[in-house]
Formats: sequence, C-alpha cells, structure tokens
Amino acid sequence: MLSNLGNILLFINVFLSVLIIYFASQNIKTSGNSISETIYQTTLLQTTLIFGCFFTLVAAFITSDFSLINVFENSHTSKPLLYKISGSWGNHEGSLMLWVIILTIFSFFFLINNKTHPKNYRLFTLIFQNIIILGFLSFILFNSNPFTLISPAPKEGLGLNPILQDPALAIHPPLLYIGFVGSSIYFSAAMASLITNYSEKFFAKSIKNWVLISWVFQTLGILVGSIWAYYELGWGGFWFWDPVENASLLPWFAMTALFHSLIVLEKRNVLYFWVIILCLLTFVLSVTGTFLVRSGILNSVHTFANDPNRGIYMLSFLCLMIFSSLFLLFKKYRKNNYNINFNSKETYVLINNWFMLFYLLTVLIGTLYPIFTDALTENKISVGPPFYNAVIIPVVVIFLFFMAIGPNVKWIKNKFDNLISFIIIFILALIINFIIVYFFKSFTILSNLIIISSLFLIISSLIDLKKSLEKSKFDLARIISHLSFGFLILFIGLNHNFSLEEDFNMKVGDTKSFNNYEIKFKKLEVKNFKNYKSLIGDLEIKDKKMSQIKTLNPEIRIYESPSTLTYEAAIKTNIIKDYYLTMSNIDRSDFYNIKFQKKPMMFWIWVSCMVLAIGGFLRVFQNAKSN
Amino acid sequence: MLTKKVKKRVSFLSALLCLSVIAIFIILKSLSSNILYFKSPTDIKNVQDLNLSKKIRVGGMVKKNSITVKNEEIIFIITDFKNDLKVSYSGTVPNLFSEEKGVVAEGKLQDKKFFIADRILAKHDENYMPPELKDIMKNVK
Repeated sequence: MLSNLGNILLFINVFLSVLIIYFASQNIKTSGNSISETIYQTTLLQTTLIFGCFFTLVAAFITSDFSLINVFENSHTSKPLLYKISGSWGNHEGSLMLWVIILTIFSFFFLINNKTHPKNYRLFTLIFQNIIILGFLSFILFNSNPFTLISPAPKEGLGLNPILQDPALAIHPPLLYIGFVGSSIYFSAAMASLITNYSEKFFAKSIKNWVLISWVFQTLGILVGSIWAYYELGWGGFWFWDPVENASLLPWFAMTALFHSLIVLEKRNVLYFWVIILCLLTFVLSVTGTFLVRSGILNSVHTFANDPNRGIYMLSFLCLMIFSSLFLLFKKYRKNNYNINFNSKETYVLINNWFMLFYLLTVLIGTLYPIFTDALTENKISVGPPFYNAVIIPVVVIFLFFMAIGPNVKWIKNKFDNLISFIIIFILALIINFIIVYFFKSFTILSNLIIISSLFLIISSLIDLKKSLEKSKFDLARIISHLSFGFLILFIGLNHNFSLEEDFNMKVGDTKSFNNYEIKFKKLEVKNFKNYKSLIGDLEIKDKKMSQIKTLNPEIRIYESPSTLTYEAAIKTNIIKDYYLTMSNIDRSDFYNIKFQKKPMMFWIWVSCMVLAIGGFLRVFQNAKSN
Repeated sequence: MLTKKVKKRVSFLSALLCLSVIAIFIILKSLSSNILYFKSPTDIKNVQDLNLSKKIRVGGMVKKNSITVKNEEIIFIITDFKNDLKVSYSGTVPNLFSEEKGVVAEGKLQDKKFFIADRILAKHDENYMPPELKDIMKNVK
C-alpha cells in the first residue's frame, strides 16, 4: 500500500516538474514583470507532494513495512523509534529522497523570496532547478527506488548497522545535504544569470544569502560528522582525510571562496565571471563527491552497497552538467575590465580565493590520484594524512596572516597606516607562543608557526572587535567568524602538539604505569540491553602529579541484528582536556587491548567550529535586516 | 612599445602562472613522497629491490591459529593462500580483527618475511572488504 502511494507520488512529481518547466517557458515569452499565479501554485503543490512522498517512506520505516526492500534491508522491529526514522535517510535510496526534497524546497523559497528581481531571471532559475530535480527523480525511479517491493514480505528486517544508530549521525546527513544540495540553487541562478544577462551587483544580492545558508549547514554537517567519528570510531581523532570527508570539504572550500568574492561583486561590480565559475564549481563538486561515494570507486569508511549502473548514471548526469555550464559560460563570456588596485581589499579577497583554490586542488588531487594510478598502472596506492599535513599546514600559516590583515584593508586604494599596530600584534603573538612552549616544553618549528599565526589572527580580530564596539559600526559576523577560525586552528595546533597516546595489552587485574599516569584494569562486567549485549570494562586512571583518580568504562557491544561488534570509547571531557579510552578483545583471548589517549582542547575545537557557523548565520540576519 | 596597462597585466599574469606552477609542483612533490603502496604477501616475495624505509600497506587473510598475544604486541600471520608474512603490531585492533578474516596492515617491512605494523585498518561491516583485498581474493579463487 505504502509502496503504491510512494510510487504514485513520485510520478506526480515528475509530471509537476515537467509542467513547471512548461509554464515557466510560456511565462518568459509574455511581457510584464510578474510571474503567473499558476507557477506559484504548481511549485507549492510540488513541494507539498515531495514532502508527502518522503513521509510515506518514513511511515514505512516507522511501521516496519518489510514489503519494501529498502525497509527490509535497513530496519528492524527492535530498533528505537528515532533510528527507525533516521534509518530512512541512512541508506542510498532514502538519502536520494532527501536530495530531491532539498532541491525542491530551495527552488520554492528562491522563487517566492526574490520578488524584486526581474521575472525572466527568476523563471530561468526555476527551469534549471527543475531540470536538476527531474534528473534526480528519474534516477530514483529507474535505478534507486526506495519503494521497490519484495515478495513475499519478510517477517523481520536485516537491521541498521549499529554504529549508524547514533543521534549525531541521525542529523548529520540532513545538515550536510542542506549544505551541498543547497548549492544547486546558485548553480541554477548562475546559469539563469548568464542566459538573461542579469549581471553583476544585483545577481550578487540575490544569491548571497543562499550561499551563506548552504555554507553554514555544510560547516555544521562536517562538524557533527566529525564529532561522531571522534567518539564512535574509536581512533581518537576527529579528521582522517578519508576520501568521503574530503568530498564534503571540496564544496566547502568553493563556497568559502564564493561568498568572499560575492562581497567584491556587490561592492565594486567586478569579478562577475569569476563568481559565476565558483557558483558552477560548487555544485559540480557536490555532485562529483556524491558520485565518488555512491559509485564505490573510492575506498572509505562510508560504504554504500554498490551498483555499477548507479555510477554510470551519475557520471553521465555530471558530464551533462559540466558541459552545458561550460558551453553557456564560453558563449556568454565577454571581456570586462578588472580595474583592481594591487593594494586594495579586492586583492585581499582574491588572495583568500587563491588559498581556497589551492586547498581545493590539494584535496582533489589527493582524493583522485589513487583512482588514476589504479586505472593506469594497476598500482594500488592510498594517500593518507602525511600528504595533506605536509602540503596544507605550512600554507595555512601564511593564510592566517592574510586573514588577519585583509579585513582592515580599504576598498579601491589602501594605505598602510596601521603597520605599527600589526608589528605590535606580531610581537605579542610571539611572546604568548613562547610562554606556551616554555610551560609545556614541546618544539617543532611548524607547530610554533601555527600557534604564532593563529594568535596573530586572534589578537587582531579582538582589536577589531573592540574598535567596532566603540564606533558602533558593526561587522560582527565577519569578526566572529575570523576570530573563531583563528581559535579553531590554535586549538587544533595545541591538540596536535600535546596529545598523548599509549597502548597496552592487559588482563583483568593488571596495572600499568607510564609518564605521569597509572592505569588499572579493575573488572569486567557483562550486561544485557534491549538490542545488544555489552562487555563493560572498569578502568581507573590515576594522574600521579595531581593525584586525581578517574574511572572510565569502555564497552564492547555485541549486536544481534545485524550481528556486529562495536567498540564504545569511554571519554571523560573537561574544559582543558579529554581522556579517551578504548578497549578491544584480542581474538577471544583473556587479553584486552587498552588504548589510552589524552586529547587537550577537544571541547574548544567543537565550540570554535560551532561559533564559525554562527558567524555565518549572523551575516544572513544582517543581510535580511539591511534589505 | 607596450602600454603601461598591458605591461601591468602581463606581469600580473606571469606572476600568477609562476605561483600556480609552484603550487602544483609542491602538491605533486609531496604526493610522490607520501603515497602508500598496497601489496600482498606474494607481491612482497616477488619484489626485487626491497625498500625497507618506505611505509606500505599489506593485505590478506589472518591465518588460522596464528595470533599470539604478548604483553606489548600482537603477532599474527597474513596470508594470501600462496605466501605468508609475519606481522607484529602493538595497538588497538579494529572491530572485526580475527582469524580467517580479511585484514589490512600499514607499516614497514623488516625483511621479506617480517612486517612491523603501526596501524591495522578499521572496517565497520562484516561483509565489507577493501577493494584492494577483493582483487587479491578473486585471483586466489
């Protein structure tokens, strides 16, 4: 029943998209600057029905309707309600439904929110957006239909992988998708702007909030995913340069570059084509990332069941997108004069863009290189953290200095009258760095440079904050985001530098000593829970210096459906540092492998990333207010 | 004679070109020194010039009855059913590390028969095999 309903709704949605494209192209031919009511109504209906379609799927998951293959493969009656619901987008087919919903919502809101802009520009945006929607709807219908039936209906489902049964992972996909699927709307808008010659300033105004919103959600999505990886995967890190993580970072770099150069376009009316290229690039990168993940080409922790047809469909869609946008770009490209002074804010924004593109290129090459060597030479290789650290970290140092200086540079033509204050800030940063090094006694040149440059950014942002509070002329959003980015890099630097890691193989009753710590394996308990059994270790950690004792309880969980083993790290967080402990059994012997880690500043890494995103939100509100 | 404007533009473009060439060069240079090659025990046996200083990944099955646990390390044998490689590792073993299951170890070779791993790659799903391993298993069957 639910399957039929879902399929019917999908077909109606295909029909509605075609209808909208038809209405819009009819409406373009008419004179006047108003969009006909029919289009508004059809878009509203389209949005409502796609929600209906999605809720049909969610309902199937909640009621455990195993006549749907998708539900059978990814759910189980004993699963808690929250994970039944989140299970609906935790798999390939369901996540595509989420794609289409976000495409549709953004299409709808862009249409009704930009009434001051010319009719044809809005209509073309609507048309392009609906072409993308059609592309994904047909992908769902012909290749990845979540409403496919299985007969006879099984009594029980296979269950969702237990490491995916987690609150952070329930909200991670929606957040991330709003980010990178949201970028579709400025892809469509950029195409429309090229066709209708609606350019420069006003185009920048119409898309800037959409770019910011998608950037904020992308940032939050990456943050939540990273927090999840930290406490669930048991490696004790928060970023692994895994290909899938990289795939989410690529559009993030492009978005960051985009909203910085949008400021230039809006203020100075230059860089139009550059902005267009970034708009197109962001969504192309989003789809590329999805293609790489879903086609199974990349080897990563995110494994979806693979199917070659899927890859081929997405690849052809991707090629179509790239070629049509390139075609339009070259056709419409005209020379415009870049009257940019070398010493001006415009240059500094461009510098930001170059850095972003450098990071983007690095990550892109690192991610794709193994695929090419595999295809060309049959050498199987992998590119790991050392590559990214070697290339990116030294460049970040220079980047942070520019990030501190840039915002205080004036538009058009600048004079450096605040050179002395920068020198003072630099000296201050040096002093603080050496205090940190003196007290904690750790020395690598690179980590010192990272700490100095991030302190430089932090101090100059704080001075900006003080100045703007006095003047009451606020650019709070920028200051908050730059400040928190400085803190983020500082905390990552400190965390990297002062982490401690020890491994032991222990039996119950053993005691081990290392550095200033003593670790004692007191006992092991077995407990039964609703859908899993758990081995809970009881370990005591003694800090000899502070004579503090902390008890940590790492777990090994044994799940029934599907039968899987997971390790739950025990984490004791306080403001300054995290204690992180994992326990794993070694091939059913009496020995347990205990991995102890001390991770300083973890809490602050999360907080500064959060504040970074809040800065973006603030800017959206500021923009809405000034309009 | 070039006008001032053209001169400025030419110098700007050439600077940009230089910068991008340098950037690409840096990226590729560190790429070539930081990639990890994936080998099976048979690959290692057949290799002529053995590079002991470079990190590699080794994949195969954990041989039956080969795991020994000592105080500071775990010793086991990786096999691709033709050749074996002894591995020593100290650290956390991933979820599904067990005898007669697939494994990928990262580390350095001591000689052709002995490997010191500093990481055993995590896998989260019993049915999941890294693509590299799948090919090896295919060749065996």
